Amino acid sequence: SLGSPQPLPPGSSAGDQNLFTSVYPTLSQQLPREPMEWRRSYGRAPKMIHLESNFVQFKEELLPKEGNKALLTFPFLHIYWTECCVSTSEGKRTRGGIGLKMSVALCMEGLSQIVCSCLCRCVVLSDPLKDSSRTQESWNAFLTKLRTLLLMSFTKNLGKFEDDMRTLREKRTEPGWSFCEYFMVQEELAFVFEMLQQFEDALVQYDELDALFSQYVVNFGAGDGANWLTFFCQPVKSWNGLILRKPIDMEKRESIQRREATLLDLRSYLFSRQCTLLLFLQRPWEVAQRALELLHNCVQELKLLEVSVPPGALDCWVFLSCLEVLQRIEGCCDRAQIDSNIAHTVGLWSYATEKLKSLGYLCGLVSEKGPNSEDLNRTVDLLAGLGAERPETANTAQSPYKKLKEALSSVEAFEKHYLDLSHATIEMYTSIGRIRSAKFVGKDLAEFYMRKKAPQKAEIYLQGALKNYLAEGWALPITHTRKQLAECQKHLGQIENYLQTSSLLASDHHLTEEERKHFCQEILDFASQPSDNPGHKIVLPMQSFAQLRDLHFDPSNAVVHVGGVLCIEITMYSQMPVPVHVEQIVVNVHFSIEKNSYRKTAEWLTKHKTSNGIINFPPETAPFPVSQNSLPALELYEMFERSPSDNSLNTTGIICRNVHMLLRRQESSSSLEMPSGVALEEGAHVLRCSHVTLEPGANQITFRTQAKEPGTYTLRQLCASVGSVWFVLPHIYPIVQYDVYSQEPQLHVEPLADSLLAGIPQKVKFTVTTGHYTIKNGDSLQLSNAEAMLILCQAESRAVVYSNTREQSSDAALRIQSSDKVTSISLPVAPAYHVIEFELEVLSLPSAPALGGESDMLGMAEPHRKHKDKQKTGHCMVTTDHKVSIDCPWSIYSTVIALTFSVPFRTTHALLSSGTRKYVQVCVQNLSELDFQLSDSYLVDTSDSTDLQLVPLNTQSQQPIYSKQSVFFVWELKWTEEPPPSLHCQFSVGFSPASEEQLSISLKPYTYEFKVENFFTLYNVKAEIFPPSGMEYCRTGSLCSLEVLITRLSDLLEVDKDEALTESDEHFSTKLMYEVVDNSSNWAVCGKSCGVISMPVAARATHRVHMEVMPLFAGYLPLPDVRLFKYLPHHSAHSSQLDADSWIENDSLSVDKHGDDQPDSSSLKSRGSVHSACSSEHKGLPMPRLQALPAGQVFNSSSGTQVLVIPSQDDHVLEVSVT
Amino acid sequence: MAVCIAVIAKENYPLYIRSTPTENELRFHYMVHTSLDVVDEKISAMGKALVDQRELYLGLLYPTEDYKVYGYVTNSKVKFVMVVDSSNTALRDNEIRSMFRKLHNSYTDVMCNPFYNPGDRIQSSGSVSLSRAFDNMVTSMMIQVC
Repeated sequence: SLGSPQPLPPGSSAGDQNLFTSVYPTLSQQLPREPMEWRRSYGRAPKMIHLESNFVQFKEELLPKEGNKALLTFPFLHIYWTECCVSTSEGKRTRGGIGLKMSVALCMEGLSQIVCSCLCRCVVLSDPLKDSSRTQESWNAFLTKLRTLLLMSFTKNLGKFEDDMRTLREKRTEPGWSFCEYFMVQEELAFVFEMLQQFEDALVQYDELDALFSQYVVNFGAGDGANWLTFFCQPVKSWNGLILRKPIDMEKRESIQRREATLLDLRSYLFSRQCTLLLFLQRPWEVAQRALELLHNCVQELKLLEVSVPPGALDCWVFLSCLEVLQRIEGCCDRAQIDSNIAHTVGLWSYATEKLKSLGYLCGLVSEKGPNSEDLNRTVDLLAGLGAERPETANTAQSPYKKLKEALSSVEAFEKHYLDLSHATIEMYTSIGRIRSAKFVGKDLAEFYMRKKAPQKAEIYLQGALKNYLAEGWALPITHTRKQLAECQKHLGQIENYLQTSSLLASDHHLTEEERKHFCQEILDFASQPSDNPGHKIVLPMQSFAQLRDLHFDPSNAVVHVGGVLCIEITMYSQMPVPVHVEQIVVNVHFSIEKNSYRKTAEWLTKHKTSNGIINFPPETAPFPVSQNSLPALELYEMFERSPSDNSLNTTGIICRNVHMLLRRQESSSSLEMPSGVALEEGAHVLRCSHVTLEPGANQITFRTQAKEPGTYTLRQLCASVGSVWFVLPHIYPIVQYDVYSQEPQLHVEPLADSLLAGIPQKVKFTVTTGHYTIKNGDSLQLSNAEAMLILCQAESRAVVYSNTREQSSDAALRIQSSDKVTSISLPVAPAYHVIEFELEVLSLPSAPALGGESDMLGMAEPHRKHKDKQKTGHCMVTTDHKVSIDCPWSIYSTVIALTFSVPFRTTHALLSSGTRKYVQVCVQNLSELDFQLSDSYLVDTSDSTDLQLVPLNTQSQQPIYSKQSVFFVWELKWTEEPPPSLHCQFSVGFSPASEEQLSISLKPYTYEFKVENFFTLYNVKAEIFPPSGMEYCRTGSLCSLEVLITRLSDLLEVDKDEALTESDEHFSTKLMYEVVDNSSNWAVCGKSCGVISMPVAARATHRVHMEVMPLFAGYLPLPDVRLFKYLPHHSAHSSQLDADSWIENDSLSVDKHGDDQPDSSSLKSRGSVHSACSSEHKGLPMPRLQALPAGQVFNSSSGTQVLVIPSQDDHVLEVSVT
Repeated sequence: MAVCIAVIAKENYPLYIRSTPTENELRFHYMVHTSLDVVDEKISAMGKALVDQRELYLGLLYPTEDYKVYGYVTNSKVKFVMVVDSSNTALRDNEIRSMFRKLHNSYTDVMCNPFYNPGDRIQSSGSVSLSRAFDNMVTSMMIQVC
């Protein structure tokens, strides 16, 4: 039988009806048992399906007519059944056996198929009602065949249907095309797929219809109207929402079929089908998501198509639909599933809440008084549009229909439903972490409560939302919410909170000028009304009222002495839109006695304060606490850690000093809306400024205070009072301090230059810090004169008086009176805490350094070398300290100051010989940084021996001496008679700084005294080397003879009278030791290198010594050194004893001990001590002693001589060293 | 054609927000702010994906009756939010994507400017030339008729 569409592709049967009836049970049972692979056109994936068929008796009218669109009721396959008897070789026929092989027993004909082959369409079913294997086999074959053919036919028909459908769709631009008609065709396809359990394919059909319709609406909106669409534009008369509880809403379907459906009907029906299929597909969350899209879309489409909708009708429709969808989903999911998919459904909840809210507002259910008659009329109209409740939900207590009806019925019921929905939505949002959305719904709720005059309930939602906006820095929502909160607080009578919010709003630039003025006026009105509790203060944070921008001290270093006046000028930036009269502005100051006394000095304080005295305060970043801008800038510093032992670098790095500021926890709980608990500090020290009018913008306010107690004053709080309202800045940061100090008068004397030079006028700066002492007329400094330091009085000396802040206040000529002992400097009159500065010139008289050297050190053979040595030892100038005692008028004690002068020169002298002629050389070395002009050099013999003449060999009288350079002077010593054993000399040279033009005073010359002893030459030593006999030149490796000639040049002199002198027969002789040393290892001395000779003390007495030496190298070789010593007999008292024999025999030792051929007094002494140390074991033994002859007494006439040595012929060894 | 374009810092405060002057500005501020909920959700869901494969475009954040809100997040977690009129059906996903890309490029230019401090607001009415180019670009997106 044909019937309603069931998931069965129908087939029709004809022929022997009784026969068919007999096999039918088996057929219908067996056919769906095996799945078939369904191959599909257009590349769609094959699917396995089970076929089930509905069989009806064939009738003529079942055959398709042209233009058939009913796929569902269409017979796909016709079967002709007939019984036939077949005789086979195997046995008898049964009645129930079917078919003779060649006859058509069973004819299956696909309708659209052309009958081309009968054979393949005939199937014999043998003994179908028996239970035998053969029967089974034939059944199987039959069923397979039937399935294949059925499916083939079905596919064919489906394909044809689809093609037809497409053709129809292509005609959609033609006039007269009807969407509803097409809808029915495509839905037919969807039904078929649904029947085949191919829900996905079925859904696609609806989605295509959906898209097609949407596109039409869009095109219509763009002006491309399809006339069939105008039908959907009829006014909305019914808004009873989606119906999702039936698989097919036949009522709506028929209205579409009849082309009577409205847009909402079509959409509703379409969605109900999509919903059904999606639920079959187990995709309930997609239903929720699509539902929200649909609802939004419908609202848009109605707008676009300009469909007339009664006010509130759409709200009803959306509300009902939301709830319907939610209930439908809840009906097919368990609680856990729902809870874990809130994110999908919460949108619907929120939308429903929103719609209910607007319905409530529309119907006057939110107002305080309840709905008026107009509201009631509207409500009635809205309820009428809902129609009667549908039978399927009639028994459901919580059906959307009942809910809406109830909610609109009374103010109380509305409140209940609205609150239920809102709370549910907020809770859901919160549970999935959508805090912002939750707050936003909460704000709606707050608005509702405010309308209901329940501000106490609204406050928490407003605070919550505001906190959220503040935390994320959203300015406009902050302003808006704050405005709502202000109203709420006003209703609640929270005066402090209201005033604070008002002050924030009054300073809010996102409000209009009028609004700001209103909130400002609210504060001023409150402040001006007489308080019932006088003295009660309302303390509010200052930030929103006015901001401290900068602060400026006068004096700028913020240091003031006791009794001084300090001005503090602050810039306050008023945030108020109108001028505000402030009774007083007070700065609370914390006083602390400074414990570090060194900090009290003006000097220290001056150095450690900001230079310009302006302190800037970072601008408040009030509404954006999270933004990076509010964080302080990184304060990075380099860090070096050195090892304590050797000061080497251990670690280095960068440290952030304000890490505690940057990494601190963001205070999530801090709310700017709450009274911040600002406490007014009551301090003993306050700076006050009364009756100030703060204009909008920057205002300068000056505080003036007279310093009293010394110590440090820290500015803590800034308060401004407007009536009983106090605006308080609880902490002034950065820290602002000023210092009050009391200071003892002080005198400082310091050189102007790095160091003072002796001998020339030098400037010294006197600084008198008056401290608490006032310099009166007649006060003076009494300087007790130091010896050898002059204070040069210059007429034009002036003293300058500076104020504490280094501003020059006056200057006066300095009166200086000098007597022998005392120099008196009268100070100019100066008030307390001032500074007097003046300069004086002083001159340290050059004093001769201690007598330089003894005769022993004189007569050096190589003075240049000595000079070099000295240079190495450094450039330290000799210094002299002069102590000056100064009596100050403020103290009974004298101040002693020490001035250190450096002598710019260092002088050395040397004795030079040429045979018996003697020369004195004086070297002046300039150690200072200055250039000098030297003049009038003199060398005089202070012992006044008339016999002696000093003949200068210097030509220029004027000579410059540059910084770090030396100048040499030479005199020849001449005498007629016997020269004195010693000579006392004084060298003097005039000097003046080369740069200075003219000196006011004549300068004393620089002097240098020294003594020269034993300068007369007693012996002449001459050495000569001869080549071996018969040779022209010396050769390396061959022995040469060395001849040393020692000649006495004078008769007995005073200097000869010592222990070595022996007298016999009026002839005097002395013992000398000679030694041949070759330090440069050019020569090998063969045999004894030294010996003791007895030398007659008489002029021209000569001693000749022969020795053999061997040259080791070729070339011009200098001769070996020959040294002479005085050989003294042993003397037990003498500490410096030497075993002559022991070291005469030991060549190497002698070389070491006489390595230094330039003995000066100090090295001689040290050598003596070395000798005594190493010869200590010989102490007490009678040993002769050696004494070096003073260099001036021996003249080596062969020094500098060289001998040519040629290489020996067989010496071909060439030493090459490679490194 | 967008009706509101917002750039939101990593810390979720607005760096730049501009809406069509004819509309209620406040409403868009609330809308954009609320949309951050979904942005956060999408970012945390995306967190599992590899960073280099991450899609910056977040798609439709949520629709409302009148507007569609789209999101985009840079690798430095700066968010772009664009509100489009629902009736403007011509704007497809691809157009929105390309608008976001343009916005991102323009924002990068602002960031590259040495006179811009990262994290500062991009002043929409300032005379500062660094934000002017960005502002002009936003203007072009808002008046652009698609």
